[in-house]
Amino acid sequence: MEVTLRIRRYNPELDRKPYWAEYTLMDVEPSERVLDLLHRVKWQVDGTLALRRSCGHGICGSDAMRINGVNMLACKAVVKNLIKGEKGRIQVEPILGLRVIKDLIVDMEPFMAHYRSVRPYLVNDEPPPERERLQSPQERSRYEEGTKCILCAACTTSCPSFWANGTYVGPAAIVQAHRFIFDSRDRATAERLAILAEGNGVWRCRTIFNCTSACPRGIPVTRLIAEVKQAIGGR
Amino acid sequence: MPIHRFDALIVGAGGAGLMAALYASRSVKTAVISKLYPTRSHTGAAQGGIGAALGNEEEDHWEWHAFDTVKGSDYLADQDAVELMCREAIDAVIELEHMGLPFDRTPDGKIAQRRFGGHTNNLTGKPVRRACHAADRTGHMILQTLYQQCIKNNVTFFDEFHVVDLILNNGRVAGVVAVEIGTGEVHVFHAKAVLFATGGWGKVWEITSNAFTLTGDGNAVLLRRGIPQEDLEFYQFHPTGIYRLGILITEGVRGEGGVLLNGLGERFMERYAPHIKDLASRDVVSRAIYLEIREGRGVNGKRYVHLDVTPETVNRYLAEAGEARRIDRAYIESKLPDILDFCRTYLGIDPASEPIPVQPTAHYAMGGIPTNVNAEVVIDEQGTVLPGLYAAGECACVSVHGANRLGTNSLVDLVVFGKRGGIAMAEYCQGADFVPLPPQPAAEAEAEIERLRRARGHWRVAQLRAEMQQLMFDHVGVFRTEDGLQQAIEGLRELKERYRTDLHVDDAGYVFNQDLLEAWELGGLLDIAEATALSALARRESRGAHSREDYPQRNDEEFLKHTLITRLPDGSHQIGYKPVVITKYQPKERVY
Repeated sequence: MEVTLRIRRYNPELDRKPYWAEYTLMDVEPSERVLDLLHRVKWQVDGTLALRRSCGHGICGSDAMRINGVNMLACKAVVKNLIKGEKGRIQVEPILGLRVIKDLIVDMEPFMAHYRSVRPYLVNDEPPPERERLQSPQERSRYEEGTKCILCAACTTSCPSFWANGTYVGPAAIVQAHRFIFDSRDRATAERLAILAEGNGVWRCRTIFNCTSACPRGIPVTRLIAEVKQAIGGR
Repeated sequence: MPIHRFDALIVGAGGAGLMAALYASRSVKTAVISKLYPTRSHTGAAQGGIGAALGNEEEDHWEWHAFDTVKGSDYLADQDAVELMCREAIDAVIELEHMGLPFDRTPDGKIAQRRFGGHTNNLTGKPVRRACHAADRTGHMILQTLYQQCIKNNVTFFDEFHVVDLILNNGRVAGVVAVEIGTGEVHVFHAKAVLFATGGWGKVWEITSNAFTLTGDGNAVLLRRGIPQEDLEFYQFHPTGIYRLGILITEGVRGEGGVLLNGLGERFMERYAPHIKDLASRDVVSRAIYLEIREGRGVNGKRYVHLDVTPETVNRYLAEAGEARRIDRAYIESKLPDILDFCRTYLGIDPASEPIPVQPTAHYAMGGIPTNVNAEVVIDEQGTVLPGLYAAGECACVSVHGANRLGTNSLVDLVVFGKRGGIAMAEYCQGADFVPLPPQPAAEAEAEIERLRRARGHWRVAQLRAEMQQLMFDHVGVFRTEDGLQQAIEGLRELKERYRTDLHVDDAGYVFNQDLLEAWELGGLLDIAEATALSALARRESRGAHSREDYPQRNDEEFLKHTLITRLPDGSHQIGYKPVVITKYQPKERVY
């Protein structure tokens, strides 16, 4: 296949503003991933191209990007799902709503700060038993979905409410809170619900479902947010 | 140049680094330096489970775990360290649960356990349920849980800082030099103690399950500083990587009943390991796959075999084995969701209805920075400690894995020895003073960085790296010969020469200059590759993951000992050996 890769580029040391650059790649296999194509550019054409990536198979959460206008992980975006036929274009740009540092790299710190704000850790000050705390398979499955989160930010940076107001904690932080709110071993539900009931919490969610579509881990993000809203309503 | 001062520095933020950080930060001023955001670390890619003889599903004992580990190691592991690890594994898993780790549960609410390669009931020889798991993303859960605890405990992180040198002054640790990736600025970290937890170096090989970022940075730094590396020739090839991509397919697939089939549809492991078949240890299974392929029994004449976990196949073999258990699609979906997702995404196949094409993939370093059980780095045959220097996790070699690691033991290793390292370095810091920084502590690293920034020769990093990976996969892979190893060593030296004199880097900037940092990483990979090939050449026997076709037998008389390879200032290498610690498991033939 012949693929034209259109990449949003910006080097703060050289460029006054971002621009689009195009790279035509020949002999692309349909099973290649956008990450492979970006590597081809970086390794064979222009070594200055900057992007984060690590595991290369969708588990570390480094390479969330906006690909053909939709947030996904570059290492899970397979060419044949983006292009029908022998020739086509793929557009790649940084995720939205976070400051671009260089090319496809954004400043993740505001995202991580929102994550930290919801107390994303087990709180239970009761003396632990000698062995494991017991938890039934049903209790365990109650918070299963949220444990899949890899903090890639695909959900939060696809959310129009977050684009409009970066102080909104965003879907990822709410998913992380949900994971503990519904864990039978945790004791900080009231505090987390109080944090999320504030102005920058769950009520900024307008149930747009972009987050659910964007999640590369298949987490039903919008539903989990709704469950947190219900828990707040039921306090 | 910014100079930071901490009592304890931890380099790397995977499971070992975070565990060390949690313990060190309780009593001394601690910082973690990582080239990645911590949750990007490769501990997160571990799938199947963490081994501990909890006995939740059936009878089990840590002594059985210890014996299996020693046997799996082909008797090269230090048995005192193995016994300690397997005993402490139980408390370590319980501690993770108390931290909030979402393990799968048994019907009565305990931590669920599954079968894994090489883990057995020592009385019957049958596979035992020892791998504590959280679906097929146990490593992800460990990494997330430890990072959560670090947030809770306000651990200080320097994210996206790449450590490029260890600062020594008169043979004592004074700190590290690191590049802030976002700005290109060089920082000096002055410290009393440094613990390396930088993970593995799978990127030495062409087909690997490892992340792009697993480039052995800590090992390369120490090798260049004259600190020996232990047992580098023992590198594990995991039997089941996705064909051509190398992405890991957990041994848990076979633990749940999946079987390996060759091109004729034969369950060939019955011939290589009559007792536990597909659940033999990884070196045995990887060799079997290679031999099947070499003898023309790959699938469709290609270089792969099938891993079949479809309910029809699994249930047929369960019935044949006289087991009552049966599985269905829903069971596979609940126990192996990520595996199903990988196969759907990358292969376009559904493993619940068709087999997965797999080939061995470079996976894990048994060798590394020599340490004792307190994660203190030991620098010679006598076990002399370098004061203030520690290492834990995959980059270290205690040695608990010997010549071949059992599945689930990497996670045990990083939790147990990460914790022990954190405690030991905190104690050390409380009784030690800062060693003064030498004059211009970053000068050497800066000079090399500036050379790379201005390198405008012919050869791109990616080209040299690909040649190295091919060379290592062909000649320093599952099977090795003297000729092949010699070819690899000559090839690597020629690559190093091109790297030194004719390298090309495009990016002359400072902000996120990944072009330069990839060049830096390649320098380390080449050094590790050469030391690996030299260690492999010197070991004229076959043991565990080191299979010499010209010396097919294990030779305890000459080689029941650990290799220590040291790089001398002129770039040549010196190889020495140190004895294996044997407590109660006398070496015997290894049959599965």
